Amino acid sequence: MSEKKAIRVAYGEALAELAATNDKIVVLDADLSQATMTNKFSAAYPDRFYDCGIAEANMVDMAAGMSTMGLIPFCSTFAVFAGRSYDQIRNGVCYPHFNVKFGFSHAGVTLGEDGGSHQAVEDIALMRVLPGMTVLVPCDANECRKAVFAAAQIDGPVFIRTARLPTTVFEDMPFEVGKGNVLRDGKDAVIFTCGVMVEQCLETVEILKNEGMDVALVNLHTIKPLDSALVRAYAAKCGKVFTVEEHSVIGGLGDAVAAELVGTGAFTFRKIGIQDRFGQSGKPADLLKEYGLTGAQIAEEIKNAK
Amino acid sequence: MDIQALEATCRQVRRDIVTMCAGAGSGHPGGSLSCTEALVALYFDVMKVDPKNPKDPNRDRFVLSKGHAAPALYGVLAERGFFSREEFARFRQIHSILQGHPDVKKCPGVDASTGSLGQGISIATGMALGAKHAGNPCHVYTVIGDGESQEGLVWEASMAAAHYHLDNLTVIFDHNGLQIDGSNDQVMSLGDIGAKFAAFGYDIIEVQDGNDMQQVLDALHAPACPGKPRLIWLHTLKGKGVSFMEGQVGWHGKAPNAEQCAQALKDLEG
Repeated sequence: MSEKKAIRVAYGEALAELAATNDKIVVLDADLSQATMTNKFSAAYPDRFYDCGIAEANMVDMAAGMSTMGLIPFCSTFAVFAGRSYDQIRNGVCYPHFNVKFGFSHAGVTLGEDGGSHQAVEDIALMRVLPGMTVLVPCDANECRKAVFAAAQIDGPVFIRTARLPTTVFEDMPFEVGKGNVLRDGKDAVIFTCGVMVEQCLETVEILKNEGMDVALVNLHTIKPLDSALVRAYAAKCGKVFTVEEHSVIGGLGDAVAAELVGTGAFTFRKIGIQDRFGQSGKPADLLKEYGLTGAQIAEEIKNAK
Repeated sequence: MDIQALEATCRQVRRDIVTMCAGAGSGHPGGSLSCTEALVALYFDVMKVDPKNPKDPNRDRFVLSKGHAAPALYGVLAERGFFSREEFARFRQIHSILQGHPDVKKCPGVDASTGSLGQGISIATGMALGAKHAGNPCHVYTVIGDGESQEGLVWEASMAAAHYHLDNLTVIFDHNGLQIDGSNDQVMSLGDIGAKFAAFGYDIIEVQDGNDMQQVLDALHAPACPGKPRLIWLHTLKGKGVSFMEGQVGWHGKAPNAEQCAQALKDLEG
């Protein structure tokens, strides 16, 4: 339980592993293979790796073209460049529903020292509004590996959001696109979360348990398509609903869950995440605290919610 | 196909363009008429395509990067037999296979959805790279507009096309000199397009009259330059063949009315 590994590392390793059994896999990067960890793929399969230079928009449309030749391209860059290549993702890939995958890393404030210019807090919002796009936010190295393999099985665009910060590798969990995982059952409140916030929320649940609150924790690794049945069932069961995400509270997981619950009952509902701000430089731990995203801060927020 | 037959096909496609736009009450006739020879030459003389098997994996590919010239592409595809000419009446109408800009999911024979300028050449570059990777012998053609080259993506793609030695890629530059807000020089000067593409690593063929079928054929049939993508630089006339549209910036994205349509069809008789 104590092993830590960055989700982005698992992404690079998973691509290399997947390529061994699927000869259609090709990987594109935009001069960030040392950071997105696709260098683990390029070392093993140099002739299936295409560096596109510092030109993310062209990388995406090149991948679109390559997919029409029966290949399954994985585009890799920083999540913040989802904005820079958005027209290409929209019109070049999603509009024709081409079979292109996006493994975009360094998402959220836990990117750390590079600062707000590089910390994507809006990528999930951008991706989930695109028709036909599947949006995955794995919580650890194991889940990322499974997300990569699952993405290759989907005929169409898939966005996988990964993080730079080494985080806990949890015990192996089942992974099915569109199906959330109940990590802790509970009845007093439910937390829906994803990505690196799962680690924080496990701490939150422990803190609250010690204070007599029985809180359920649900890992929604698939933001789209959302596990509607699970969201509704746990909201109905617990009555108090909290969403926790390392992303803007506008347009992300919280809004996806809120949209699912509108009109289904009366709930206490709070979106915990980045409150309409940009990120900034700092150590990941300091940034989590600044944005109210540590396990203890989340517990405090839940306790105080009326 | 002999040259007279190709020229006759161009006249027919031009009539299709005019009637399609007039019928829809919208569309882009000017830039469709300027690239007609290029598209007819490709689909009737150069490219290996089979209208009965439009998804043949080894077919040559075509990407209309200047997607607003869709009427020219639709005219050529229908005349080539990819779908019925009856579809023209539904151009730009709801549920039509003939969308305002080409849609790969709806229209047989269309290889990429385009319309957002700059993207087609980038997608075509990826197709050529993917074809080389997959050992597919196909050749990839794309037509881009002159105003379109103001998009930075055109140059990102060009850098990649040269870097990956894509000699299975031919970019056709439809240089009619006009865009929505005026001439290229008024809006954003292009400079020496041939020198720019050459500097990016293309093999360049300049065609003095890109609306002359023989000149266009000669360029398209020129042997490939090993290791380099090709640019065919066509000097063309916007609105070519329709007396009142030729060289007129106002006919970029405007449909002729019934009277103008009749006049245009008269111009295109023969």
